[in-house]
Amino acid sequence: MDWTFLQETFISLVSAVPLTLLLAANSIALGAILAVGIAVARFSAIAPVRWLAQAYVFVFRGTPLLVQIFIIYYGLSQFPAIRHSLLWPILREPYWCAVLALALNTAAYTSEIVRGGLLSVPFGQVEAARACGMSRFMIFRRITLPLGVRQALPGYGNEMISMVKATSLASIITLMEVTGVAARIISESYRAIEVFIVAGAIYLTINFLLTRLVQLVEFRLSPHLRQPVAVLPAIIEGEAH
Amino acid sequence: MTQPGIFELLSFGPGGWGNILLAGAMMTILIALSGYATGAVIGVLGAWAKVRGGPGMRLVADVYTTVLRGIPDLLVIYLLYFGGSAAITAIGRLFGAEGFIGFPGFLAGMLAVGITSGAQHTEVFRGAFRAVHPGEIEAAIACGMPRWLRFRRIVAPLTLRHALPGLGNVWQVVLKESALVSITGVAELLRQAQIAAGSTGLPFDFYLIAGGIYLAISTVSSTVLHRAERHFSRGVRRS
Repeated sequence: MDWTFLQETFISLVSAVPLTLLLAANSIALGAILAVGIAVARFSAIAPVRWLAQAYVFVFRGTPLLVQIFIIYYGLSQFPAIRHSLLWPILREPYWCAVLALALNTAAYTSEIVRGGLLSVPFGQVEAARACGMSRFMIFRRITLPLGVRQALPGYGNEMISMVKATSLASIITLMEVTGVAARIISESYRAIEVFIVAGAIYLTINFLLTRLVQLVEFRLSPHLRQPVAVLPAIIEGEAH
Repeated sequence: MTQPGIFELLSFGPGGWGNILLAGAMMTILIALSGYATGAVIGVLGAWAKVRGGPGMRLVADVYTTVLRGIPDLLVIYLLYFGGSAAITAIGRLFGAEGFIGFPGFLAGMLAVGITSGAQHTEVFRGAFRAVHPGEIEAAIACGMPRWLRFRRIVAPLTLRHALPGLGNVWQVVLKESALVSITGVAELLRQAQIAAGSTGLPFDFYLIAGGIYLAISTVSSTVLHRAERHFSRGVRRS
């Protein structure tokens, strides 16, 4: 093992971590907002709205992410109307194209997770909220959404991890995030295994921390499922002494 | 420049890209199938190691699935493509060959898809094996079936039935993952679309067509998988 090479690789790869995190955070946040909209549209009383949401999910889950990235990054510039529009300064940047493609893609998967979560809310809870005289929006905001989110969290954690992994595709449209830098170092040095180990360790660390974070949020959101703190036995024991 | 219509772009004659895209689609299916098969073999071994293996085997299988589910697939492709080339060049030098020898992109892609999907296969098979009721195996033992017969007649078919929905999901993932193999230069669907987009200056049209073809392949295969699921659970009572 060549330690100096590993060290140099580690330093160059770590300097690319912020871009990876930024890509992941932006696309996850944008995607989540879009996903809630799509999930709500799936429950809409208006049939065409339902169909539209269904078609969106079908198309984005059925095609490779790389194709979606290419359509947005290379494809949209084909149209003069877009090149001359106000959106061009954004769509010209590989960074925003990657964020857009990742967000649209994760929105499709996340909307299904959210939908599952919303479906899992027991009807009795909604009924109780109605009996309390809550409006439909308030029921959604106070009852259905928090309970659904709690239920959807484990699945959403997996989706976030696959999003962190998916940011690697941004390297194909010239963005120098961790995988992009790793590919550059590999093609310069031809030491694929060492670079792979360092880059892999970085991704594993990010995903490990993410998993822990989701577990923490899950723990915080489910106080009702935990055993109450054992105060009583301690007091009794204290009195016995 | 007059814009050719979509039917002209897709025609099979001269000037049309139909043949090339069709060949690309075939290559995509070939990569996906061979990668999937490789993954299934790894998955059976991995599940076996997790269920029946000793502590050492279990540890190896656990590390494998954890690592492969935590790192991007693209990184694995780079490792195999560049690492494979370096290894082959080194071996070639041992035998007196001069210069750089490239690792075949197809093989790198197949192995990369196989290794990454192998982790998912492992979990699917392990979960499916756990779902086999112990009573069924007990009954087989009581009938005096030897170990291999038990596996062939009872454990394998029942595991397969429980595994089928999960295997279908893995197939869909593999099909989409095969698009990443285009970076090694293998002439699969996305690579062919890239070539067509480059030489016609119509990237939007060709990537959209490629997306449509992927969608068609995944729709057809999901129909087939549904049929298979129905077929293999025909003995199960539906509630």
